[in-house]
Formats: sequence, C-alpha cells, structure tokens
Amino acid sequence: MLSDATVDVSARRDWMSVLAKAKAPSLLELWRDRPEQRLPWHFIRRPEVGLTMLRGRAGGDGQRFNLGEATVTRCSVEVDRRLMGHAYLLGRDLQHAEAAARLDALLQDPDYQAELLRAVIEPLRHAQAEERALASRKAAATTVDFFTLVRGED
Amino acid sequence: MEATSLLRPGFADPVMHAQETFRMVLDAMSRPGSLHASTVSLEPPRSLHPATAALCLTLLDHETPLWLDPSLESDEVWTFLRFHCGCPLAEERSAAAFAVLDGAPCGLASFAQGTPEYPDTSATLICQVEGLREHGPLILRGPGIRDRASLGLSPFPATFLEEWEGNQARFPRGVDIIWVSGKTIVGLPRTTRLEM
Repeated sequence: MLSDATVDVSARRDWMSVLAKAKAPSLLELWRDRPEQRLPWHFIRRPEVGLTMLRGRAGGDGQRFNLGEATVTRCSVEVDRRLMGHAYLLGRDLQHAEAAARLDALLQDPDYQAELLRAVIEPLRHAQAEERALASRKAAATTVDFFTLVRGED
Repeated sequence: MEATSLLRPGFADPVMHAQETFRMVLDAMSRPGSLHASTVSLEPPRSLHPATAALCLTLLDHETPLWLDPSLESDEVWTFLRFHCGCPLAEERSAAAFAVLDGAPCGLASFAQGTPEYPDTSATLICQVEGLREHGPLILRGPGIRDRASLGLSPFPATFLEEWEGNQARFPRGVDIIWVSGKTIVGLPRTTRLEM
C-alpha cells in the first residue's frame, strides 16, 4: 500500500503494539482533546469483534499447540483521504479500536508523528512499563527457589 | 501522496447490508427474469457496478476463489476484494467458485460445472451488462416463472443462446448467472430455459 513504503515498519509495529496494549481509558483520555481529531476521516472497516486462535509452544520450543481462542477487535480507517490506519487488539472495546486505528494512520504522517509519539505513545509506553515492573516486583517478592539435591541415581 | 482514497469502505452496516443483499439474491434466483434493485449504498471500485460490489461483499470469503475478468481487473479492485472479502484469486476459470465478468459470458463450459453428486459445487457467474429491462426479446420459462417471463439484456450476443443450451444439456450440472447493471440484478439459474 502507498503508505507502507514511507513508514519504518519496526517503528510502526512498535506504536501499534503500544496502542493495542494500552488501557482503553488512558488512551481515550490522551486522545480526546488532540487537535488531530479535527482531520476528516472515515471507516474502511468498522470495528468488529471476532475470535482468533492463540497458539503456544510448551517450554517455548516444543510442538505448537492450540492454547485457546481469544476475543479480538479490529478496525480500519482512512484519515484525510490518504492515510490508512489499522488496529487489532485483544478484547471487545470498539472505541479503543477506533482510536488506535486513527492514531496509527496519523502516526504515519511525518507532520504529526513526532508530536503524537511524545504526547500519546510515550506516556502509554511509560505506564505499561511501570505496570510491568510493578507486576514483576510483586512476583519477585513471593518467589520460591527450589533446590534439588543430586542423588546420583544416573 | 495523491489525495484519493487508497481503499474504499465496505458495507456501512456489514450484518444488515449483507443480509439485505443475500435476500435480494435469493429473490432474484427464485424468480428468474425479474428485476431486483440493491438498496445498499456503496461506493464500489471503479470497474465494478454497485450491485456487483454488494454481491461480492455478501457472497465471497476466504473459501471462494474468484475469477475476475481481465478487463475488470485493477489493483484497486483486487485490494478492495482482498481486504473486505479475503477471497483468493482463481488461477484458472475452472477453479473459481464465483466469477465477475464483463458482458455476456462465453465458454460457460470452462467454469466449474459441479459433479452429479454435488451439483452445488459449480461456479456462479456475476455478469455486468449495460442495460437490463423487464420486457425484451428474451423469453424465459422454467421453475419460478408463471408461464413465461421476458427480459431485455444489452449488449446481448446471439451466441449466448447456444452457450446456454449447452449449459442446460449438462443439467443437473452447470453454472448459474446473476446479471448486473448498476444497482439492478436479474437471476438466471441453470433451470431456466431461454428463447429468443
């Protein structure tokens, strides 16, 4: 697609991931009063909820197996008749998907990118990192180490 | 970057519009020769008529390979169909479950005909024509038609009657046709006999 050539794939992957993992209320809060809201846009594909199969590997490198299905919401928009934005996220929050898709579109435009990265993406990324650190601190506090004595049976 | 749409939107209300369109196809196929108008508003890719686009969005998915007439083919059309329907592109006519064609088709036998056990595995052809009229030189008879119906198709090559006879000779195998002009469609299932 037209926009793909001009956008760094890994950067886009990164902000799409931050948008998808963000807590919906904090994303909507940051997005609500942005001036970019005024740009014309329309849905290419309205937010829709579906299922996707999650697959895992035992121990990270075993046989692949189907872990179970997860609810996924996807949405595609076009902003300003030239920027395509997509969002795929876990859960069934339609507003979250719409906001994430519109931001994905805008972030591809160099004119808006830096400002949106600063004002929306970075705060979300920061919040996610903190939450992760908190969770791992909590887990680390209750960690139990198991020791097994070698019994020399084999 | 050019200031045109990269990809046109699909149905505004996917569930309701797909159901409406499906109902329209059911009606058209069960009353061959009668005109049915699509009420769904849709901005289709350039080479597709609005009703063709509505039919594609309703009938096609990842399990239905599509044959697209080379004269209708463009990046815009393929992007639209792949994005909204996810349908694979048929390499051969015979591999297609659906075909979108420009004008009256020739070589009906080259499309999937189904098998005697599974005649439903044949192809359905969506044919775009310039004009469809309720009354015209074509006489239709068969199931779903009281006595006879008449239909005007333009352009209409005379060779099509022969093609259609061939299609009927293969019954219960054979293709079904949906004629499209703008927002109007007419069904021509394999059970309908055609005369001029």
